Formats: sequence, structure tokens, C-alpha cells
Amino acid sequence: MIVFDQVTVRYGDATALAGVSAKVAAGEWLGIIGPNGAGKTTLLRSAVHLVRYEGSIGIAGQPLSGLRRRALARLVAYVPQLPELPAEMSVADYVLLGRTPHIGYLRMETAADREICAGLLDRMGLAAMAARLLGTLSGGELQRVVLARALAQQAPVLLLDEPTSALDLGRRVAALELVDELRREHQLTVLSVVHDLTLAGQFADRLLLLDAGRAAAAGAPASVLRDDVLAGPFGAGLHVLTAPGGERVVTSRRIRAPDPGR
Amino acid sequence: MKSAVRKAAPGARAPRTARAALPRARPARAIAVATAILAAALLAGVAIGPAGLPLSMVARALASGLLPWHPGLGVPAIDAAIIWQIRLPRVVLGALVGAMLSAGGAAYQGVFRNPLADPYLLGVAAGGGLGATIVIVAGGSADLLPPAAFLGAAAAVAVTYVLGAGTPARRGPGSVGATASIVLAGVAVAALLTAVQTYLQQQHYQTLQEVYTWILGGLSLATWSDVLLILPYVIVAGVILIAHRRLLDVLRVGETEASSLGVDIARLRLTVVVAATLGTAAAVSVSGLIGFVGIIVPHTVRLTAGPSYRIVLPVSMIGGAAFLVLADIAARTVQAPAEVPIGVITALAGAPFFLIVLRSRRARQDLA
Repeated sequence: MIVFDQVTVRYGDATALAGVSAKVAAGEWLGIIGPNGAGKTTLLRSAVHLVRYEGSIGIAGQPLSGLRRRALARLVAYVPQLPELPAEMSVADYVLLGRTPHIGYLRMETAADREICAGLLDRMGLAAMAARLLGTLSGGELQRVVLARALAQQAPVLLLDEPTSALDLGRRVAALELVDELRREHQLTVLSVVHDLTLAGQFADRLLLLDAGRAAAAGAPASVLRDDVLAGPFGAGLHVLTAPGGERVVTSRRIRAPDPGR
Repeated sequence: MKSAVRKAAPGARAPRTARAALPRARPARAIAVATAILAAALLAGVAIGPAGLPLSMVARALASGLLPWHPGLGVPAIDAAIIWQIRLPRVVLGALVGAMLSAGGAAYQGVFRNPLADPYLLGVAAGGGLGATIVIVAGGSADLLPPAAFLGAAAAVAVTYVLGAGTPARRGPGSVGATASIVLAGVAVAALLTAVQTYLQQQHYQTLQEVYTWILGGLSLATWSDVLLILPYVIVAGVILIAHRRLLDVLRVGETEASSLGVDIARLRLTVVVAATLGTAAAVSVSGLIGFVGIIVPHTVRLTAGPSYRIVLPVSMIGGAAFLVLADIAARTVQAPAEVPIGVITALAGAPFFLIVLRSRRARQDLA
């Protein structure tokens, strides 16, 4: 569905991505992990052509470089890490923005666009707050509203940059479960940056570990979430445990032995 | 609570489907209110003046012009001329200039995502002022003033845009991020042109008064030919800007996200800037530099009627027309028979009014 081939991105003199290649099949969930500054966000931004890149990116068999903005937005929906949420915009108007790629340049939303958005608000449990202003919503509600806007694009590929960073652990799990349900309902291909490595392993089909702009490892969670693989990018402070069900749990450990006199 | 009561109200229309319809911004009420204010302002503008014509005579004079085949209205030629050749062109020109400056301000605030943006942001005022100054100090005919001011204004923005936006190849895709450098280029171009204009003005002190009067702006010399000169620009620019109301709403989530939603930022920005520039350059060319309208009118609309550009653009145009007509009435009556510069009135009356709106809005938000 989406193919990165030797993608390199430079910001001035700094190289954010250095020849990263990856393939994501239709309907697959790829979790992108790595330490701060590894290039995770840049990889997502390259897939919506928000940065200039070398190499090639293909989406649904078409080269990204040949796609116009509107055509690209019909294929890929992108939720940035810190979406801009105008405090005085209503939930309904915000979700309707997701229809932008389906509306002609100077045309207005149609009844069909409004119907699609009303359906999404219903599905996300947001129907009752359609008229509320974004400035009055809680973090968890905003997160669902942002997801609803992305789904309104009806794009087969969904890019999520750390979709749950503002939430407590219980809501993070609930939010990722929702993404997973929506992925199945709408046959979405999902690429998401997830900082919590345990959650990444629990939800993604495959993980891509980035380190300093390069792909350090890729594969099934069990093959990436290993002490010896993570130690390079993250340092020695991580420790992977195997839960009774076989799931990998990434926890922390002291690098130096604790002071015995404490 | 309120909505629950409203839903239960008898006679409420049942939703078409089981699913509640999506609520939407409705500009109709705000447009109706603004139109009523504009109509009142236009009537007052025609009725009020130093000749002291009674209202009945004003009404008959208006009717006689509109219904020339209707005999027996008995309007003296001199009164008809006062209404039709002096007051009406001035009122209509004020309305057009006010509409254009307000729409330009609203559009710039949207496309540059900067609440302090006004229609002069990219050098329209400095370029127009320089163009007019050159004609005046060179002793050119007054007929040359509007085209010189228009050309100066449009050229200044073109230079700003080329310097600020750079070539697409040097920018990232969609030229996201060029906005700040366009605004900064506008500051630099305006400073440079203002310096040249000030130098010319000082070197030709015998025309200082004339230059100064033009720069301050005003509608005292308004004629129907001025109206006809700017009417097409105001119509075309107004239609183009209002046509972009949905896209300016998309831009409220920022250039990056609007871009990822499929908006071609560079094209949107260029179209809006060209339309707003042609319109404000035309307004400046016949009225000089009337300040403050483009900031306070759109913000007053935002604070009172809502921030969606579907409301802000049309209502600012209508409200801006009303505001400048009212300001002009004050400009020509408070010190009659002398005139106060209209820019002094727009700031003197507009600023306190705007602060009151801002305060009452904040008080309401604190309660909510």
C-alpha cells in the first residue's frame, strides 16, 4: 500500500532520515518506534509530502511526487503530534474540514459531506457534542474529534503521530483499541508513531525501529522488542520482559547499581 | 441545558433521519443586522449635510433621480444637485472603500493567520503614498493621482511577494512556511518606500500640505467617476475573497494541516493576496490612506457574530461599508464647515468601540 524506498530527508545541514526503506501492506498496522530525534515524525511527514525528500515513496501504486495535494489527501490522512485546535471552532465544523480533499476548490460542503461527518460523530460517540466548541472539550474527547476529522477524509492510509501522548494509560489503550476497530471497519493501513514500546508491540502488526535517521530493525514485535536490539538506540536502561501470554513488556532498569546505603 | 429545552419545544421540526443533523454556522442573521445598519448609515449619510435640507426634500430628491419620468416632485435643481452630485457619490464611495478595506483586512488576517494583519500589511499604503507623492511633487495633474497611487500600491505588493515567497524550488512542498517571510518582506518594503516618500515630501516643502492631505485620506472630493473607477475592483475582489471563505476556514488549523487536507497553500495565498491588493489599491487610489478600518471591523464581527470566515468576510464587507459612511458623517459634521480627517475619526471612534466589544466579550467568556 505504501512503499518507502531509500528515503532521505535533510533539514539544512542536518539529515533527519538517511535512506530508509519500508513496505506496508494494505490493512497492516506499522508501529514506528525509536528514541527522540530518530526521524519518526519526519518519516510520517514525508508520506504526506510536507517535507522534501530524496528517494521515492509510492502510495497505492502511485509515486507520491506525481500526486497533487488534493489527490494525496484522498489517499493519506495525517494526524500530527500536536494538532492545531481552534478553540472557537465547533466539533462539527472541525470534523467537516476532513472533507476538504473531496470538495472542489471554491465549492462548499454538500449534504453528503455533512451526512458522512454526522455518521462519524455518531460512530465515535461524539454526536451529542457536535455543536460544542473545541476549547471546551477534554483531552480524550479532543483526541477522538481529531481522529474523526482524519476518518472524514476517507483515505485508505492513516498516519498517526503519537496519537495518545496526552492521555492516561487507560485512555491510551482505549484510544488504540478504537483505532484498531476503525482500521478493521474501514480496511485502513495505519502507520503510527508510538512512544510507549509495550503498547506499540501490543497493537502494531510490525515495528520499524528508527535510530538516527536509519532503520535499525524491522519486523514482528517479538523480533524487535529485544534487549539486544533496543540497547543500541535507547541505551542500556530498557529491559524487555515476556508476559505470560508471550507479549513483550518493555520496562526500565537502573544502569548503575542503586546506592546500597540508600 | 439550553439545547435540551430547545429540543423539547413543541412544534420543533423532527430531524429528517434518526441521526441529528450537523449544526452549522449561519451567517444570515449577522448579514441581515449588518445590512440594516448599512441602510441606516447610507440614509443618514445622504440626509446629513451643511445645506440643512429637510428630510422630506432629501426623500423627494432621491425619488426624482430614481424616477425621472415621475413629474411633480418639485425638487429645486440645486437641491437635486446637492443630493445627487455631492452627497450620494461621497456616501457610495465611502461605502465601497470601507467594504474593501474591511474585506481585505479580514482576508489578510485569515491567509497570514495574524490578528494584527491589515490590508496595508504588504506595502499597499506605502506604495500608494509614494505614487501619489511623486505626482504631487512633480506638479502632475490631479487626474494622475489615482492611477499613480494604484500602480505604486500594486507594485509594492508585487515586490514584497516576490522577495518574500521566493521561488517554489527553494521552498518546501506547498511552500508552507513562506508566510512569515512575506510579512517581514512587507515590513521592509513599506519602510523603504515610506523613507523615499518622506524624503521627497521634505525636499518639496511647497507641496507638503497637499501631500499630507492626501496621505491622511478622505472622501471630500468624491465624484461618480471615482465610484465608477473602483466599483469593478471592489466587486471582483469582494467576490473572489468571499468565494475563498471555506478555504480560509480550513486554514484556521494552520498551513501544515491545511496542506495535508489537500489545500494548495501557495495558490490560495497568491489568489487572496492578488484580489485583496487590487481592491485595496483601488480604494487607496481614490481615498488616500484611511487607517484602522481593516483591523477593527473584522475583529468586531468575529467577536460579535463568530470567527468562521463564512460570517467574517461577508459581514465585514457590509459592516465596513456602514462604518466608513458613519465615520465620514462625523468627519464632515463635528467641525463643520471644516472637515476632520476621516482617519482621525476611524481611530478616535473605532478604537474605544473595539475595546468595549473586546471587554464585553471577555466578560462573557469569564462567565461561561
